Amino acid sequence: MTERTQTARRQAGASHAIFGIGVLFAVLFVSMTAYIGYYSYAYRKELMGNSYNRRTALLEEEVLRGDILSADGAVLAYSEEDAAGKQHRVYPYGAVFSHAVGYAVRDRAGVEALGNYDLLHTALSLKDRIAYENEGKLFPGNNVRTTLYVDLQIAAYEALGNRKGAVIVSNPKTGEIYAMVSGPSYDPGTMEENWETMTADTERGVLLNRATQGLYPAGSTFKIVTTLAYLKNNPGYYTDYAYNCYGSFSSEGETVHCYGGIAHGQLTLRQAFAVSCNSAFVDLGLKTEQDALSSTLKQLRFNTTLPCDLNYKPSRTADPKTAEVPARMQLAIGQGETAMSPLHLNMITAAIANGGELNKPFLIAAVEDSSGQVIEETKVKSGGSLMSAEDAKILRDLMREVVVSGTGASLSGRSYEAAGKTGSAEHAQGDNIVTHAWFTGFAPASDPEICVTIIVEGAGSSSTVAVPIAGILFDTWFNR
Amino acid sequence: MTLLLTEISKYLITLVMLVYTAECFLILYRTGTERSVRGLCTRQTIFLFALHALFFTQIIVHTGNLRYLAFYFVQLVVLVLTPVLFTKLFPECSRPIVNNMCMLLMTGMTIILRISTEKAVRQMVFVTVSLAIGLLMIFFLRRNGFPRQLWLLYAGLGAAALLVVLVLGAAVYGSRINYTILGFTFQPSEFVKILFVLFLSGALYQSQKIGRVLLTGLIAAAHVVILVLSKDLGSALIFFVVYICMVFIASGRPGYLIGGVLLGITASVAAYYFFGHVRSRVLIFLDPWATIDSNGYQIAQSLFSLSSGTWLGRGLFLGRPTSIPFVEDDVVFSAIAEEMGLIFAMALLMVCLATFLLLLQEALQAQDPWCRLLTSGIAVTYLFQVFLTVGGGTKFIPLTGVTLPFVSYGGSSVLSTILMFCLFEGVSRQEDHLHTPVWTG
Repeated sequence: MTERTQTARRQAGASHAIFGIGVLFAVLFVSMTAYIGYYSYAYRKELMGNSYNRRTALLEEEVLRGDILSADGAVLAYSEEDAAGKQHRVYPYGAVFSHAVGYAVRDRAGVEALGNYDLLHTALSLKDRIAYENEGKLFPGNNVRTTLYVDLQIAAYEALGNRKGAVIVSNPKTGEIYAMVSGPSYDPGTMEENWETMTADTERGVLLNRATQGLYPAGSTFKIVTTLAYLKNNPGYYTDYAYNCYGSFSSEGETVHCYGGIAHGQLTLRQAFAVSCNSAFVDLGLKTEQDALSSTLKQLRFNTTLPCDLNYKPSRTADPKTAEVPARMQLAIGQGETAMSPLHLNMITAAIANGGELNKPFLIAAVEDSSGQVIEETKVKSGGSLMSAEDAKILRDLMREVVVSGTGASLSGRSYEAAGKTGSAEHAQGDNIVTHAWFTGFAPASDPEICVTIIVEGAGSSSTVAVPIAGILFDTWFNR
Repeated sequence: MTLLLTEISKYLITLVMLVYTAECFLILYRTGTERSVRGLCTRQTIFLFALHALFFTQIIVHTGNLRYLAFYFVQLVVLVLTPVLFTKLFPECSRPIVNNMCMLLMTGMTIILRISTEKAVRQMVFVTVSLAIGLLMIFFLRRNGFPRQLWLLYAGLGAAALLVVLVLGAAVYGSRINYTILGFTFQPSEFVKILFVLFLSGALYQSQKIGRVLLTGLIAAAHVVILVLSKDLGSALIFFVVYICMVFIASGRPGYLIGGVLLGITASVAAYYFFGHVRSRVLIFLDPWATIDSNGYQIAQSLFSLSSGTWLGRGLFLGRPTSIPFVEDDVVFSAIAEEMGLIFAMALLMVCLATFLLLLQEALQAQDPWCRLLTSGIAVTYLFQVFLTVGGGTKFIPLTGVTLPFVSYGGSSVLSTILMFCLFEGVSRQEDHLHTPVWTG
């Protein structure tokens, strides 16, 4: 090979290399630029909502924070501008919407946090904005229309009264949250004056939204989960299940009693579910393969995140794969390490009501400009499939039986056919054992329109406390 | 009235910038048709002045402070004189590259003025002095040529300077990266980059035998190790990537590139396990929100800034980029996006990419292998640094704390980048300007 051809070769090699480097870097650079554009635009609302982002104050110098509206058009929050040009937030319903609508002083919560970006941006045309500028007025921000109904919210708020607990009402077909109450509540209009005492109050936990962030022992409502695992483990054979209850179940030194020590006698699964027999469900739980229970928990999204934009705490349970018999017995009836939020139970109930398919729950229905024109509507989004349509149908039947002949019987004989599951969850508080009253259910059983979940802390029996609240909510909805 | 002017200027800024950027790529595409390229270059200069005037319209309309006019006119003089001096004194220089340099300097000086008047004054001095030194350097290079054989000297000087920083340097925010001489903080790694490219070009342009590659590899590794020990991870990465790319270009063998990338990945993983500061950078990258009170604060504020202006930006002085710590230094890109607009900022990145491609095109056309290698090395050094700083500030990659060349505040950054580009202008088109004078005048 001569010197000349060698040089020529090297030259060609170098040219290819330079070309290759150019293409490589160009691809890298274009991807980065595209990523920057996508990320900045797609996440702008989330980033604006972060409490470490100080741009809210900047936007408030030019935009009058928009209104928060109920689904039926009532104003839940609006802002006024005083003579000095400073904004003041007014909440006409006081404490009724406290945790759902939230507050917007110093930090933000609820819809005030979720809709912060939209409330502080205006869709006005340049011409209109110039008109406002000339008058020396702030631009009116966009309004946020929620999924909340005033009548349901008031009914839930009054039914809970001054007790601790939570109520959540949703539409299983869409995921819209119709009402959300957490007790004790607060008046968001007084947040500014009471900031120090409110944030310092950890004992009552006023600012905690118990509907989404409260974790409670699931108690007998968890029998829905135990049943589902058994159904998946024994497809088609659940009607064969039989159990003779003597009022308690013992194994490996652990004893579980039925509520009030009642011996239920000979039961089918349907009857055991209706009367909420603890002994039968412990038996059922131990007869279910640990893998089947584990996969059911996973599919129902225990011990992980939920498809939901609200600020929530994930539910947790003991790990059925490694748990010993005593822990598995407690798990079967939702006690022991089981801790669940009312939101999560409501989502599971909604999926049962909706043929196994969960819709992502949401609070903001639409963003409108200051004249009421819709700018952006929230689309119904799937939150995944939590169970098969067949299993959902079986659970709907079992839950209907609870109202027909079981612990939810006080809901029968009304203008609608309700279905549900009660729960009395025991919780150790110091030396005392307190009992939380749960109810989760839906109506009408044949074609569910609304789904309610209720917990009242330390209230005792679910049948006398939680079930009547469900009755009030269903009555409010169906007797409109 | 304020509102109307601000809004109109936003649209105009975005539009003019998009046209300017499109023309950068048009120039790349049209090499050879000298006449039309010259026309495009002149138009680009006009667009540059238009953008500059629009930015100052926003500033003066919003602040109502006519003192900013003084800044406008001083900057205008620099922006007019630079292309004139470059093209009149050195007709062989690459006009599109000079244009892009001016565009980036103008954007930098404007955004720094918005952040701090005091720093804007200093930045204008840095830019002016650096350009003067750069022009002088081109003059000497064109008259006397460059001692390309002294590569061992460049390597020794560079490594020694880095070593001195490691031993004596002051700790600056976790990285030992600078000297302070007479109150002027001086960052040697910025200048050692130039020596490094000179060392590799000199060592590799004649011989790419395995022995030579290994020898240069050892010296390059020494640079990288010193930088990692100084916690200057960004510079360490730049040196490494420049070494791999230059060996690949000198030899033309893809094996070096593939081997280098594999070695780089292994070394990064090892560094992750051995060095706490590497690990902490990665953790901040993966989830800045978890440590938003402490380590994640800067990147979180940078992301807030980046996203808050959306496509057209808030307008100068109408955002809050000053909430980001060291905004004028590491994450100036986010400030640009917030106030000048995302589209403007993204187009600016494309201008950087076009500058890189123009340099590579010059390298391809160069007959002299040393010049070709040097030009490609400068191109890679430049673009990879842009990638690190912009990618870091936008959570595309972990933040490594290097500056955005021509744009970020800082004497070392401005001077070293201008010197690097003037080195290119000083040595390119020496031997072949008689037959392929593509972009003269």
